[in-house]
Amino acid sequence: MSSFFLPAATLWQRELVRFWRQKSRVLGVVASPLVFWLLIGYGSNDLARFYSGALVLTVMFSAIFSTISIIEDRREGFLLSMLVSPAPRTSMVLGKILGSATLAWIQGLIFLAFAPLAGVSVGIIELIPIAAVIFLISFTLTGLGFVIAWKMESTAGFHAIMNLLLVPMWMVSGSLFPMATAHGWVRAIMWVNPLTYSIALLNHVLELPNAAPGAIESLTVTAAFGLVLLLACGMMAAQKSTRSAA
Amino acid sequence: MIQVHNLTHRYGERIALAHVTFTVEKGEVFGLLGPNGGGKSTLFRILSTMMVPTEGSASIAGHDVARDPAAVRRHVGVVFQTQSLDKALTVEENMRAQGHLHGLSGVELRQRMERAMEQLGLADRRKDLVETLSGGLRRRVEIAKALLHRPQVLLMDEASSGLDPAARRDLSRHVERLREEEGVTILLTTHILEEAERCDRLVLLHQGKIVASGTPGALRSRIGGDVVVLDSSDTAALAAGIEMRFGLHPAVTDGQVRVEIENGHRFIAEVVEAFPGAVDSVGLHKPTLEDVFVRETGAGIE
Repeated sequence: MSSFFLPAATLWQRELVRFWRQKSRVLGVVASPLVFWLLIGYGSNDLARFYSGALVLTVMFSAIFSTISIIEDRREGFLLSMLVSPAPRTSMVLGKILGSATLAWIQGLIFLAFAPLAGVSVGIIELIPIAAVIFLISFTLTGLGFVIAWKMESTAGFHAIMNLLLVPMWMVSGSLFPMATAHGWVRAIMWVNPLTYSIALLNHVLELPNAAPGAIESLTVTAAFGLVLLLACGMMAAQKSTRSAA
Repeated sequence: MIQVHNLTHRYGERIALAHVTFTVEKGEVFGLLGPNGGGKSTLFRILSTMMVPTEGSASIAGHDVARDPAAVRRHVGVVFQTQSLDKALTVEENMRAQGHLHGLSGVELRQRMERAMEQLGLADRRKDLVETLSGGLRRRVEIAKALLHRPQVLLMDEASSGLDPAARRDLSRHVERLREEEGVTILLTTHILEEAERCDRLVLLHQGKIVASGTPGALRSRIGGDVVVLDSSDTAALAAGIEMRFGLHPAVTDGQVRVEIENGHRFIAEVVEAFPGAVDSVGLHKPTLEDVFVRETGAGIE
């Protein structure tokens, strides 16, 4: 058992230590969604409507920054020594994803401090389900980043995917406009977009408007998406190849 | 300790390794010498279980690298050409993380860290962030880290590249000590002759094939006498002239004509006399591994 959990724990801890030593990263990740939110929110006189979207964007940026490092880390960095160690690949994947997800979560919680501006007051009791939901979303988005990064040869490729897939995915997730008023084909995309359910879930726990689809449905889809991504990561990392892993 | 049999690897159409076979005995320092692109890195990646060969087999400490990578990883320490340290962590933190990856913890891990840091002369740098260390020190941390789980085999890929001569000598002193104290078998890849000279045995790799193998001394003694190197602006013409006039078979590499010959000093006088103006400068030396490489492949190493 220890040969599974010890490597995972050490990788998780490594992410946190690195993060703590580069605190300026927090600013980079939280600042731009915050500015974005304040501009759109005050501009449209509706801070509440864009709050969940901005929080998810914070989490998404953090997840992307953490997983993009996999690409360089594998060619020149700590990931190399992981690849030739006897630690099970699945435990490395778990450690890396949990570590990155924890960082995204912390930054999501920092963003949560601005909730009163959106008219949301978060008490101690409400904090528990909210924090849990933010963690679930962090975990899911980190898994998504990992799946994309694992096979990538260069960070340039990741940036392309980020601009073509991740950011549009966020745009049509209910972060900017509700599903109910969207045009037919956009609405169809929103309906299959897992992120739509993450935003709805967050709106539910924050008791913000535009909380459709329903709470149970949102939770189920988000959790299932996270699980599928976790399995995909594990399978990808365990694969043997005649191409070099690094 | 290491057995490589008929190992062949293709990247798509391109053949990077072709039917490579050799054996490394326990406690040996074994070198893979060749130019970049010669197949060293491919071989290194296969032996370090980073990828599976397309044909043939290799085993380390009795475990097949393709079928049982987990067992191989337990017995092998790997030192990469590129850095595999976390720069944002200290020496000690890097080592501890590595120990955890190998399932080591507690008192045992602490003792092994102490010993490895002591052996590589790192004890007073343990609290330093890796990003503040020099290239030579970082390389030593890499080795210390690779030794934590007491591997029977140490694989080192171009371990001394990018180091200045002093750091390189220092590194090889540490490696020699490891072999004596721990009896660890070492396989290293290199394109540096000085480093290759210090190996017990070598294989010379060129275009994915073994072109020669043996002890450095035996390889060098393939060339009788001296090596004369002539710089010329028209190497082809000079080489052809030498072939016709002296019945020798000179090799031409990057602007130089090389001739293997007994009593090289006499030949120099004759050749300069015979082709006035065609020779820009002349050199004479005892055979080196590079000369062996040139002789077997017609190409240089560096």
